[in-house]
Amino acid sequence: MDAVRKRDLKMLVFGLLVYAVLQGLISGGAIGSFWQLNIILICFNVIMASSLNLINGYTGQFSLGHAGFMAIGAYVGVVATTNFHLPLICALVLGAICAGALGFLIGLPTLRLRGDYLAIATLGLSEIIRIVIMNIEYVGGAAGFKGIQHLTNFTWVYFVMLVTLFFVKNFVNSSHGRACIAVRENEIAAEAMGVNTTRYKVMAFTIGAAFAGVAGGLFAHQFYLISPNSFNFLASFNYLIMVVLGGMGSITGSIAGAFVVTFISAALASFPEVRMIIYALALILLMFYRPQGLFGYMEVTNFAPIKKFLNR
Amino acid sequence: MSNNSTKPLLKTEDVSEVFGGLKAVSDFNFYIDKGELVGLIGPNGAGKTTIFNLMTGVYVPTTGEILLDGESIVGLKPYQITQRGIARTFQNIRLFSELSVLDNVKIAYHCHVKYGLLESVFRVGRYLDEEKEIEHESLKLLKIFKLDEHANEVAKNLPYGAQRRLEIARALAAKPKLLLLDEPAAGMNPQETYELMEMIRWIRKQFGLTVLLIEHDMSLVMGICERIYVLEYGVIIATGTPAEIQNDPEVIRAYLGDEAVN
Repeated sequence: MDAVRKRDLKMLVFGLLVYAVLQGLISGGAIGSFWQLNIILICFNVIMASSLNLINGYTGQFSLGHAGFMAIGAYVGVVATTNFHLPLICALVLGAICAGALGFLIGLPTLRLRGDYLAIATLGLSEIIRIVIMNIEYVGGAAGFKGIQHLTNFTWVYFVMLVTLFFVKNFVNSSHGRACIAVRENEIAAEAMGVNTTRYKVMAFTIGAAFAGVAGGLFAHQFYLISPNSFNFLASFNYLIMVVLGGMGSITGSIAGAFVVTFISAALASFPEVRMIIYALALILLMFYRPQGLFGYMEVTNFAPIKKFLNR
Repeated sequence: MSNNSTKPLLKTEDVSEVFGGLKAVSDFNFYIDKGELVGLIGPNGAGKTTIFNLMTGVYVPTTGEILLDGESIVGLKPYQITQRGIARTFQNIRLFSELSVLDNVKIAYHCHVKYGLLESVFRVGRYLDEEKEIEHESLKLLKIFKLDEHANEVAKNLPYGAQRRLEIARALAAKPKLLLLDEPAAGMNPQETYELMEMIRWIRKQFGLTVLLIEHDMSLVMGICERIYVLEYGVIIATGTPAEIQNDPEVIRAYLGDEAVN
């Protein structure tokens, strides 16, 4: 068998093993409902962080509106399951298509902007999405959408996460992904080397938005109720923190970032007074000692022993 | 002038470029035949790099026409012009500095990749074969430029001369018909310049390339160019073989001033 396929298969088996262990612990009652919820949240944040990483980390386009796309996926998803009685998988696909289509439409004009201008434009976009939803009575307006079926469980979130990770991994290791990375590294040189920079910026933005839509669909079916305020700019910042903390341009970094951020806020849940202070301190210290993030541009598969095992 | 049986590979007709009130290039008429090695020289600020930027689509000429293989390339985006067969290097090195040397070259194969987005995500179809081919070709190119030992190093950590070579290797990976080199010997010592000269000669033969280069190093220009255009204030003041250029009073005046001529 081909060496590339063999590597993929080994990673897939590892992913399934982790699933088996976690599912076993959950079924066996070793993990209580609080930590079970947090494991689901971690998986879910991994989807958000790795899809945002595709835009911010790999393509170097500073987007601050990821929660907006998640909101689109969430609302489209709940309307599909609650009002049209579609199965969850259809809701997720519909959410992805709508969020991706919006990402595409918005990406075309805004990705002409650079750096901080793009950040402000995407921030504004996510706020517009939130406020528009708040004013649509059909989906409950500011009070939120109630009576959502609880369809999400650990298995769903975990496998969607696996799909996302493989998608992003395979994308960035192809000529298309390299084109995106080239845009980040030097836009002028990328264009001189035959890369249609606009096309790849929009492509990364669309794919990232679509996965945020999927994550939104899963999120909505976990909590019985969603309100527009779950998708405000603080949520966007939270995902950005995961990406920066883990390392812009590293999938392993996104996983680590999602894990660390979710874990810290869960572990500190019993100390609400000092929670945000410790959280902020932890971030400052991490950025001080590791400004490139936990992993920088490195992947866990680049470390010698793991690389050796995968290539065997 | 080129005779009618062989059309020039690249030809410009009365190309002018105006920035605000400044006429950076005026009525630039130029041609380069297939297989030629032509030099473009001139004092600083003469408009040499502007001409490269016009030829590669970074700027659109204010007036005039640029023809590649008889077809106009005016108004095309830089990436479209690269796809049609013009690749370039930059005066101030523009590598993908955080990426490995190998990835720098791989990126330039981009416009020859045929597999689609879904094929790469599911790793089916043409993906595996083409990726293998790209890797193989890239390593071959790196070997030619004596960079194969550094294939997995980060590009910004290479010594200066090696970075210059990597830029040329990367441009060649785009499989151009015409290679534009913007001061390839800048910052090199005489020994490195000599090696570079040999390398340019060699790759030109090996890849059947047409090369246009901007250079200040006269030993390099006079050593390898078959024809030279001299530019001053955006106007061609002389053109001819290296021997003709060396004795042209206009050129001596442009470089050394009026006193030198009299």
